[in-house]
Amino acid sequence: MSHCQICMTDMMPQIGWRALFLKEDPFSICRECASKFEEIKGETCRSCDRSLENVAPQFKVDDQCADCIRWETDAEWAGVLDRNYSLLTYNTFAKEVLARYKFRGDYAIAFAFVPFIKQRLQSIPFDALVPIPLSEERLYERGFNQSEALIIASGYKPTNLLTRIHSEKQSKKSRAERIHLPQVFQTEASLSNEKVLLIDDIYTTGSTLRHAAKLLKSAGAQSVCSLTLARG
Amino acid sequence: MRFACIDSKLIPEKLLTSPEQTSPISTFEQVPAQPLNPDYPYNKDLQQQLSGKQLLIEDLIFPLSELQAHYENGYLLYRKGIISTKNKPTCTRCGNHDPHYFAAFPCARCKEECTYCRKCLMMGRVSACTPLLSWTGPLIAHETNPPQLSWDGTLSTGQQLASERVVQAIKENKELLCWAVCGAGKTEVLFQGIDAALTAGKRVCLATPRTDVVLELTPRLKKVFPSIPVASLYGGSEDRHLNAPLTIATTHQLLRFYQAFDAVILDEVDAFPYSVDESLQYAVRQSRKPTSSMIYLTATPNEKWQADCRQGKRDYVTIPARFHRHPLPVPVFHWCGNWEKGLKKERLPANVLQWIKKRLLDGKQCLLFVPKIERMNDILPLVRKLHPKIEAVHAEDPNRKEKVQAMRKKDIPILLTTTILERGVTFPNIDVAVLGAEDRIFTESALVQIAGRVGRSAQAPSGEIIFFHYGKTNAMIRARKQITRMNEEARMKGLIDH
Ligand SMILES: [Zn+2]
Ligand SMILES: [Zn+2]
Ligand SMILES: [Zn+2]
Ligand SMILES: [Zn+2]
Repeated sequence: MSHCQICMTDMMPQIGWRALFLKEDPFSICRECASKFEEIKGETCRSCDRSLENVAPQFKVDDQCADCIRWETDAEWAGVLDRNYSLLTYNTFAKEVLARYKFRGDYAIAFAFVPFIKQRLQSIPFDALVPIPLSEERLYERGFNQSEALIIASGYKPTNLLTRIHSEKQSKKSRAERIHLPQVFQTEASLSNEKVLLIDDIYTTGSTLRHAAKLLKSAGAQSVCSLTLARG
Repeated sequence: MRFACIDSKLIPEKLLTSPEQTSPISTFEQVPAQPLNPDYPYNKDLQQQLSGKQLLIEDLIFPLSELQAHYENGYLLYRKGIISTKNKPTCTRCGNHDPHYFAAFPCARCKEECTYCRKCLMMGRVSACTPLLSWTGPLIAHETNPPQLSWDGTLSTGQQLASERVVQAIKENKELLCWAVCGAGKTEVLFQGIDAALTAGKRVCLATPRTDVVLELTPRLKKVFPSIPVASLYGGSEDRHLNAPLTIATTHQLLRFYQAFDAVILDEVDAFPYSVDESLQYAVRQSRKPTSSMIYLTATPNEKWQADCRQGKRDYVTIPARFHRHPLPVPVFHWCGNWEKGLKKERLPANVLQWIKKRLLDGKQCLLFVPKIERMNDILPLVRKLHPKIEAVHAEDPNRKEKVQAMRKKDIPILLTTTILERGVTFPNIDVAVLGAEDRIFTESALVQIAGRVGRSAQAPSGEIIFFHYGKTNAMIRARKQITRMNEEARMKGLIDH
């Protein structure tokens, strides 16, 4: 008997829906929990993967959202992050589950996301999966790096190319402050044309990921994309 | 985190001055306690926050070096957060030993694969390298200047009898079950006992599974014990560090306590989630001092406890009658056929419909209990044809409070509800019916509680309680029997006049 990694209820083995819903990885979450997640589907922004279905016309141009247009028309940031992939809408349930994962440190929740991640990784080309690092204090506080844990739980090896320079709380800053922040990460890597895929839990403004991408491109990466669980 | 063990003393890795062999706390055979150094100038704030508790380092704001100094001087103890016997982990804080509620992760604190408890995770993660901190120094002497109780109400004969037994149990550090019918006025029964405990310098906890009850009891107890601090603990409350002679807490909050109380009073022993959650029962046990009293309060003890009482295995006292000296309304059974099948054709059983129409005609408010939300949603449009203001409420209803309020103000003639309103909420003059009383969700105690909603006020001491059913169940029969027995006992003891 296996248990749902989120709500802990017993799950009957071999229920057909999981095979249908997630194609593989039969056990990790129950049907009810799975139904509370909202997979991002349909038309999405070609840069950040935000769903465009409920975005008003003045906030998009063709298949790009206003935020991304802003990034891509900024000389400093244009083309830095090749594109972001997101798996789930950041709905109330995803918010709740991610908070328990990250802030309460419930490591086992990583396995709830594994089927989603594995499935998506099959269609994204990459040479290295790079987690967004935590500061040393934050890492001690949480006990693990939530991005790295997603990679490991999915059965891949993380490539730790980045370290954090300082540790002020990103979330307390406004978007403008975050964008104009001097470099947040450092790297000692020298890359030779690798395709890097950054892994993080949430894409909110995209600035953290772009800082990382910029650094890795200057270290020699051919392309830098990102895969995040949720699109905030 | 990791510790070194030097001269039978644990030292956190971060405080080591030279490299030593270190390991997670769970791997030490025993955690050596240090002898108390009476001359050590211990920190009174730490004493306030830690005595009677079991906390994580991050629950406290004191630097690690200061905590360590208290340990070395015998004022503080590190306990293992997780204990493993034969590879089976047990959580020291919540008592969880169900393997499904443990997981392991590569831990940045101890740099090892670290097992953690998922059961009590929301109170901060306890893992194999986590020390639980408790206080081993002198306890706080709570000032006592009796008399403390300021209450000039009077107890009914039944209450008085129970009150005396509570006082006795508290004085003698014994266990007692107080079985008081719905509407008996059980809170007042505690006043004398709490007063006796406080006067003797004892620390008292009044615990309950439900936050609502904590919020309701706090002002009442503050009012009758005006001269002492009262700590009110529930998720998100501000009294977290208040070390008070009288604490009112959800059973969940007791997970943070350790050998704190001389007297624990547990209200609504039979209520969810306490009744089904072993870790809450463990929390209550852990919060008691080794020598202490324990008072259980309930209107509806489960079958096991009832049997224990009858067989003399458990000390108990009953309050079989209500404060207003009228008998408990006895449930009447009405067969209503396959009502669920009828609902599919948008039909309610004729006798149910009749019952509702009669109440609407007479302008008498009523509650209609339904076993499932889906069925309730089927019924609502049907009964709204009779009266547009009929409402329905369930546990996850965001407007729950407003609807209960509207019912109180008599803006709603009939309220459909799931078992969520089975206890706690009282309306002065209502009739109550259960549709589908045969459903498994309606246990004996749920049905007794539901029947207990009727006839609560002295102005309107009677009312109807009907169980509409599609086949009588044992629970229904036992519930009715429990109620009639209580009425008989009350009559015999001369506790009812009518
Ligand atoms: Zn689930
Ligand atoms: Zn976009
Ligand atoms: Zn636990
Ligand atoms: Zn650890």
